[in-house]
Amino acid sequence: MISLSYLIPISLLLGAAGLAAFLWALKSGQYEDLDGAAERILFDDDNPMRRDDDPSNKG
Amino acid sequence: MSCCTAGDMHDVAMVGSRGAHEHEEVLLASRVIGNGLRETSLAVPTIHCGGCMQKIEQALAALPRVERARVNLSTKRVIVRWHGEVPPPVIETLNQIGYEAHLYDASLDKKDVVLARLLRALAVAGFAASNIMLLSVSIWSGATDEMRNLFHWISALIAFPALIYSGSIFFNSAWRALRVGHTNMDVPISIGVLLAFGMSVYETIVHGPHAYFDAATALVFFLLVGRALDYVMRARARTAVTGLARLAPRGALVFYSDGSQNFVPVNEIKPGMTMLLAAGDRIPVDARVIAGRSEIDCSLISGESAPQAATAGSYLQAGTLNLTGPLTLVATAAAENSFLADMIRMMEAAEAGHSAYRRIADRAARLYAPVVHATALLTFVGWMIASNDTHQAITIAIAVLIITCPCALGLAVPMVHVVAARRLFENGIMLKDGGGLERLAEIDTVIFDKTGTLTLGVIDVDDIEPASLALGAAIAAHSRHPYSLAIAAAGQNKATTPIVLNDVTEISGSGLESHANGKTYRLGQADWALANDPTAHPENASVVLSQDGRCLAAFRFRDRMHADAPEAISSLKRMGCAVEVLSGDHEDRVRKLAGALGLAHTARASPREKMARLAAMAAFGHKVLMVGDGLNDAPALVAAHASMAPATAADVGRNVADLVFLRDSLTSVPQAIRIARSARRLVHENLIFAVIYNLIAVPIAVLGLVTPLLAAVAMSLSSLLVVANAQRLLTRDKQERPSAMPTFSQILSSAQ
Repeated sequence: MISLSYLIPISLLLGAAGLAAFLWALKSGQYEDLDGAAERILFDDDNPMRRDDDPSNKG
Repeated sequence: MSCCTAGDMHDVAMVGSRGAHEHEEVLLASRVIGNGLRETSLAVPTIHCGGCMQKIEQALAALPRVERARVNLSTKRVIVRWHGEVPPPVIETLNQIGYEAHLYDASLDKKDVVLARLLRALAVAGFAASNIMLLSVSIWSGATDEMRNLFHWISALIAFPALIYSGSIFFNSAWRALRVGHTNMDVPISIGVLLAFGMSVYETIVHGPHAYFDAATALVFFLLVGRALDYVMRARARTAVTGLARLAPRGALVFYSDGSQNFVPVNEIKPGMTMLLAAGDRIPVDARVIAGRSEIDCSLISGESAPQAATAGSYLQAGTLNLTGPLTLVATAAAENSFLADMIRMMEAAEAGHSAYRRIADRAARLYAPVVHATALLTFVGWMIASNDTHQAITIAIAVLIITCPCALGLAVPMVHVVAARRLFENGIMLKDGGGLERLAEIDTVIFDKTGTLTLGVIDVDDIEPASLALGAAIAAHSRHPYSLAIAAAGQNKATTPIVLNDVTEISGSGLESHANGKTYRLGQADWALANDPTAHPENASVVLSQDGRCLAAFRFRDRMHADAPEAISSLKRMGCAVEVLSGDHEDRVRKLAGALGLAHTARASPREKMARLAAMAAFGHKVLMVGDGLNDAPALVAAHASMAPATAADVGRNVADLVFLRDSLTSVPQAIRIARSARRLVHENLIFAVIYNLIAVPIAVLGLVTPLLAAVAMSLSSLLVVANAQRLLTRDKQERPSAMPTFSQILSSAQ
């Protein structure tokens, strides 16, 4: 019974963390171009994406 | 890794003069994002791999003033950020490296708030349903007394906020319907969810053994899946359609009485303003020519494939294309009173006369809701009489409501439609909404427009002696008039000896003149080219080639038919559809084409006559599919039972058509009908399945044998079965093409 008192909150927190991560990813535009992202990982250019002015960060 | 080879690019049409005001158009279509930066969105439909992305991003980033360029592969769009007041030459650069690019109105590119809300609600409902299900599993596996009570309370705590957040989508819609005295699918859903939650809370308070928190949240989750899929399909088609080229001009160069001139957006042009229009531009508003000679391409407006001459005094309709020479115009109507706006008013009239089609799901819901409510009520009354136990009677009645909640029904139709939309997309056909698919399945007659639909909008030259053809082609290569383009294309590589021409000049409205070896050659209208020999007027010739005023050759033209038009029409006939041609073009041209295809035809039909023809067919009980591309077809597209337009169609046509086919192939039409019919069959199967499920589940629920476990399992199973059945559409007569559509990414990308 004691174990439940922390196991249940932990399980709920983990679930909530997953939910929050998904909502954040959705909002920050990480799902904007899944096909493009799949291709971009193969580019071997040396100029990394600048993150500060990413148009997808506007959300 | 690149799949783009040079060979892929050769067919990209380079439009020579895209109009002198492209910079202004880019500027008008851009949006200010602060810090002196502007953002321009471009639709680039031919992007198809990582290689294209790299090539485009590098080419655009190398331009002056470009801050950054980013390609979105899922939506096939490029976003360019630049600074300064003069836009960088992005469209020209893209054309040079082999990509067609169209301006995409940044104002259309706002985020889809509805879908974002649906997806967030879906995520929350999924979180709640899975966690409550975990707790329920513990209860089913034997948690009793205090433990069960604790789990019930935790479930209640999760379910309460989740239902408020996610369920409000259904509650709001149900409330809106009830307030005006209607009922919709959301009414039984809301009642079921709210009653299940209320009863579960009561059970928890009185330490009862059964709570339906899991059923209530799972129900909301599954229904939201259906709702989101339904929405996504429509939203995606909408963006694909609006992302294509805009034919309406954005503005024109206006002269003011004080001598100044300015580029004015189209909706600020007032009657009486004087405008200058370069060759290659579209007429922004209805106008009268006051100076200049040119020819006008009216094919999108009237369906006429031959260009019309325009001289001082001619009246031009908005949306037609100025082909050969600059024109000075006086606006005769504002944009909202122009021909285009007239069309829109006619379309509204057609819409009003067109009896509203009721979608299958709505028809099913209309039958379903009263039956379910009556069953639940009768169950309650029956148990009250039988046992006189209010608590038991309410519990069982609610179990009936939960088990009959239209989960499978809510998923049955959208799921099939999404899968069908995907099949269509793979074949290059965009579907606007599920209703269009249902109507397409009922089609028994197909009516084609001619210009741009059955024909390519390209003309061919009839056979002619090679030497004259080569000479004509050499002269014609200096003009962008449609006839010149056709002669130049036909005469390519026909010259046996190189032809040397001096000073080819284009005389607007007449033709081309050139001097070689001391002789004067003219290619153009017969009465101008044959000035020295007016009696020799070749029959039916549209263009004549002359040497010092004597006829060398007469060119005759015919519309080039779609290569697969005969195939498409024969497969439509095999499918049991009657096919005919309805065109605004001249009788002889239409008769020639319809005769070649063996079809009945109607020529010189005005937009109003087209509409009337469709109304007459509908009155005889025919379900007509209208396939057309021009502005003149738009009212007919609305009036038809279902409609399709090629992607090259006028904006209005694309926007009103139920389906838009992107690939340059008429076989899209029979293919779309075939897929629609398969989809209809699957929808019917799914609905029959939902009925069978209820026939089995309802008696069990009425007898009071349904436990929360049974309800949850039955509900999930029926939903999964419906989803699985919809997937059969993908395997059924599957085409050779592998999946071209990223489903998940597109769902999410449109939600950003």
